Amino acid sequence: MPPPAPVDAPPARARRVVAAARWPIVAAVAGFLAVFYLWPVASILWRGRSWSTITDVLGSASSWRIIWFTLWQALASTALTVMVGLPVAHVIARYRFRGRALLRAAITVPFVLPTVVVAAAFLSLSDRLGLDEDPVRLPGTAWAILVAHVFFNVAVVVRTVGGYWSQLDDTPEAAARTLGAGRIRTFVHVTAPRLRPALLSTAAIVFLFSFTSFGVVLILGGLRRVTVETEIWRYATQRTDFETAATLGLVQLSVVVLMLVANSQLQERLAVTERTRPPAEVERPVVRPGERGLLAGAIGIVAVLVGLPLSVLVEASLATDGGYGLDFYRALGEQDQRIPLLPVSGWQAVANSLTWGLLATGIATVVGTAAGVMAASRRRLMGRVTDIAFLLPLGTSAVLVGFGMLIALDDAPLDFRTRWWIVPVAQAVVGVPFVMRTVSTALRSIDTRLREAAATLGAPPPVVWREIDLPIASRAVVVGAAFAFAVAVGEFGATAFLARPQRPTVPTAIFRLLGRPGDLAFGQAMALSVILVLVTGAAVLVIEKLRVAVAGEL
Amino acid sequence: MDTVLTWPRRLVACALLLSLIAAGCGGDDTTTDTGTATGDPDQPVSPGGDDESPCFADPGLTPIDISATDPESLAGTELTLVAYDSFLVSDGVFEVFEQDTGIEVSVLTSADTGTMVSEAILTVGDPVADVMWGIDNTFLCRALEAGVFLPYESANLDVVRDELLLDPHHRVTPVDFSDMCVNYWIDALDPPPPTSIADLAEPEYARSFVTQNPESSAPGMGFLLSTIATFGEDGWQDYWRRLAENGVAVTPGWTEAYYGDFIAGGGARAIVMSYASSPVAELIFADPPVDTPPTASLLDSCFRSIEFAGVLAGTDHPEAAALLVDFLLSPTVQEDIPLNMFVFPANTEAALPPEFEEWAPLQQDPLTIAPDVIEAKRDGWTEEWTEIVLR
Repeated sequence: MPPPAPVDAPPARARRVVAAARWPIVAAVAGFLAVFYLWPVASILWRGRSWSTITDVLGSASSWRIIWFTLWQALASTALTVMVGLPVAHVIARYRFRGRALLRAAITVPFVLPTVVVAAAFLSLSDRLGLDEDPVRLPGTAWAILVAHVFFNVAVVVRTVGGYWSQLDDTPEAAARTLGAGRIRTFVHVTAPRLRPALLSTAAIVFLFSFTSFGVVLILGGLRRVTVETEIWRYATQRTDFETAATLGLVQLSVVVLMLVANSQLQERLAVTERTRPPAEVERPVVRPGERGLLAGAIGIVAVLVGLPLSVLVEASLATDGGYGLDFYRALGEQDQRIPLLPVSGWQAVANSLTWGLLATGIATVVGTAAGVMAASRRRLMGRVTDIAFLLPLGTSAVLVGFGMLIALDDAPLDFRTRWWIVPVAQAVVGVPFVMRTVSTALRSIDTRLREAAATLGAPPPVVWREIDLPIASRAVVVGAAFAFAVAVGEFGATAFLARPQRPTVPTAIFRLLGRPGDLAFGQAMALSVILVLVTGAAVLVIEKLRVAVAGEL
Repeated sequence: MDTVLTWPRRLVACALLLSLIAAGCGGDDTTTDTGTATGDPDQPVSPGGDDESPCFADPGLTPIDISATDPESLAGTELTLVAYDSFLVSDGVFEVFEQDTGIEVSVLTSADTGTMVSEAILTVGDPVADVMWGIDNTFLCRALEAGVFLPYESANLDVVRDELLLDPHHRVTPVDFSDMCVNYWIDALDPPPPTSIADLAEPEYARSFVTQNPESSAPGMGFLLSTIATFGEDGWQDYWRRLAENGVAVTPGWTEAYYGDFIAGGGARAIVMSYASSPVAELIFADPPVDTPPTASLLDSCFRSIEFAGVLAGTDHPEAAALLVDFLLSPTVQEDIPLNMFVFPANTEAALPPEFEEWAPLQQDPLTIAPDVIEAKRDGWTEEWTEIVLR
């Protein structure tokens, strides 16, 4: 990238204000990551340091097979997820049709479902479709893991690539089409290169999620499929062997850092500035048969991938002994039973989830936006370090982070480990990379000439930022915030942090119900899962509306 | 994909090596020699603990003594109780304690028992809570050897069943017990129900049984220990080979087995590893109500699980914590836990709910293995098990 042309000096006072405000923000953002991620993880790795364990683990062929399988399944999951997600992203980004917001929200909801519930839906589905029999038995194979990863992560592709895509000026595509290129040729030669920044950004996140995926591998992978993440869990929690867990944690971090450095380098090399336009100007209605086919295809993908498993859940939540009914939903509100299944009503759990989720989303949005601005900074080194550092939590075992907090955050002034807010903060740490990456990708894509033009016309930096960067960044912030919310409401870290049972969230209530024999327990767990899906979908819709209210359309 | 099949064996070899070097417990050099103390393969697996084992050796700690403490002086103390995630007592139980003593209790939950114990060992001397609820006999020695608990002889011990008192130094106090048993769906079995563990390996029960991975599930560990207690340390491997040939299914946790493969959640298998109290829960949480449970336990298969409470070393409030341990043994708590957690009270004077009396008969002679033997051999057993089941 050529060095940016010097911008003509805006009024000196405004520049000083901006410069003065910058460093405290940078310090606060760095401090947040240091206290809630770096220090705990460093502590647990230091605690488990053992040279002999390191040489043993690295010297054993089985370790390398596990590392290779972990890497292989993560790369395959990422490739599959991108392939499945792109057509849907295209349709959502480029076409205007009824139910588009709903489709976008629907694809996000799998993200929040507890793995055990999704696994139950998958198993029941494969049972009904006859996939349980040899030779097409799905559960217990690597394919089951890949399919589940696509199910969980396709939203990341659709929303982040789709969000970026929707504000790309479509003139180059139109030109290519006019010159006679077909739809596919236009995509391969014109659109795909323009999407590369968003694709790389998304791929890194999907890779990290698949690389450290826990429940999917444990439940759907069967006994044979073991990954670095499940081994860290096994050694740390079931064997109390912190040396092996820490060693595997080091291996995990090394792979993640290598991948992120490569990703970040690629991003920089392929960075392109783009002319952005308000999505409303670019998108068009679905008219021609080809477009109808595209739309039908996208809806079909979502229906099969998300709709089918969810419909199994809905059916199970309604199937009472006396035919279909709302009995299980009603039971969630009843607290006068002789033996309550939950310490609070199911509705209270929903309220708790929303409160925690919004709190975590708030933290992640503030920190993530600042981190995104830093990552897109023209100071290359700071940008890259910020980018990689804030992505690390996605690629780190939740068990190690949780255990690390127990030993690192135990003394004043950092005596935080049993505070009530540590869980939303830990969830925010995982939500930050979404906000950061969507924001930094968007900011990098802004044509610098736009900023220069504004500055030349006399706009001081804050005004340039407000008029040019903010509208584009705000769209990205919302995409990221929706994910931060989904991460917080989902099960992330449910096993790694100390919880307050008096205030169960929906996932913990579902775990509790599913830990019990009896029709009522199972039925209520299914009903609560369906409610979780609906509430999350609604919340995502509201978050999107909020953006329009706050920032307006471009 | 064929190379994948050879992983487990290598994994086992690697893990064996690692556990030899890391010496299993605690991560503390002083415990290096504990792994071999009871490791004699010729020694039969016996339920009785070994007084010579490092687990039950005199810890040399001064027990908490509250005889000279003025209970009034403890009023206003705030205690934290840490428990596994399925811990549940009725609303208002700890308020009874607060009214009696002025001590406030808040509950924190970890994940499963293994995670909770590992966290306690990680933070030994600097605990996240004052009292722990729920460490069981399979993890007991790991925590005792790491010095997680302070000795305290509760005044209420006289009402506790003798056979539950495993630690002669009273670092932990038994609070409840339960039996982990094979369950079956009564109507679904065409052949008569199995009458022994050995039956499960017979052709008429082919592809009918689902159990759990002992490395990630308490009942899964319970079943493995049942088979070791039944067939001996040299005989269980052969039984498991036959079980594997007979199409046993293994899931990572109880939920996946019970609500996935077992009939209760729509699965196809009629026999599942669960608890002696599961039929009671099936009765109580039936919808619509039923007169008799749809499931029953295979009593021959039951492994006794005992859960303990203990004062965590490093607490700032040992006396108040000791009072809380007394309270955990009181009828207020003991009569509350059966229907909340489907376990039996340790207190012999606590009244049992009628459903328990009728549908969860107490196994008089359950299978058991001494905690120090379990601790010494657990990793070796699970590795051997993994190799057999995956072969």
